[in-house]
Amino acid sequence: MSAMSSPIEIDDEAAIVAQARLGDAKAFSELLRRYEGKIFRLALHITQNREDAEDVLQEAFLKAYEHLDQFQGQSKFYTWIVRIAVNQALMKLRKRKSDRSVSLDETIDTGEDTVAREIAAWDENPEQQYSREEINEILSSAIDGLAPIYRAVFVLRDVDDLSTEETAEALELSVPAVKSRLLRARLQLRDKLTRYFKRKGDDAFAYM
Amino acid sequence: MLTCKQFLDELSDYLDEKTDAGLRKKLEDHISECPNCWVICDTTKKTIQIYRGMDPYPIPSEIHTRLMSALELKMARKT
Repeated sequence: MSAMSSPIEIDDEAAIVAQARLGDAKAFSELLRRYEGKIFRLALHITQNREDAEDVLQEAFLKAYEHLDQFQGQSKFYTWIVRIAVNQALMKLRKRKSDRSVSLDETIDTGEDTVAREIAAWDENPEQQYSREEINEILSSAIDGLAPIYRAVFVLRDVDDLSTEETAEALELSVPAVKSRLLRARLQLRDKLTRYFKRKGDDAFAYM
Repeated sequence: MLTCKQFLDELSDYLDEKTDAGLRKKLEDHISECPNCWVICDTTKKTIQIYRGMDPYPIPSEIHTRLMSALELKMARKT
């Protein structure tokens, strides 16, 4: 481990990336520590399989390490590694014969006439009726009920808080494509969560 | 007055505060008169808030350990 040299004192990501590019193993480990949790969560949401998600996580960081010289530094390191991870995750999906919905760029069945929306007001703080574990379970399984094209967009944009432009860059989609997927994802999730969070006794259903 | 469909098409931008003042006014006029769209707007906003506050996913320690070992192996080969 001869590359383990200078300690990192600056909390500046560009500087850390520059150090890592010079072969500083500690700098690269710092990048890994920052983003491994998010990349693992994203991979888990796309592949919906723990083993595949772990493979994706490893492949993404190993590839990033190997090709660090190709990282231009114009975008965030996270956006760059997300792009690598998403490509790996989609390859995993393609390998599984049963799953045909493998592209982030396929045309969307808007299903405009078929979506029955549950319209009911929520409690003021609906999450307080559930334990933390229950909430996490409800939120995760709602995301997993979305099509893969919506999952990745929603997680990056609304869970990881990337901008629309960063999400577009990470997923190699156009800005309008990100926007339309985000809208559908948000509406579908709202629909799913309403089943848990609607105000008690408020059973007004409406179909649009 | 906008239709519900037109309102929903703009909902994401409205919640992200990306609409210009003119459109914003039209959207607000719509929800002040359309209870269904008001509920959809309010609960979509809460949906986004609840996800933003989601716990960061703690990476299982055995997965972190395996990732580090794989990386160290790769680094050793490179040097």
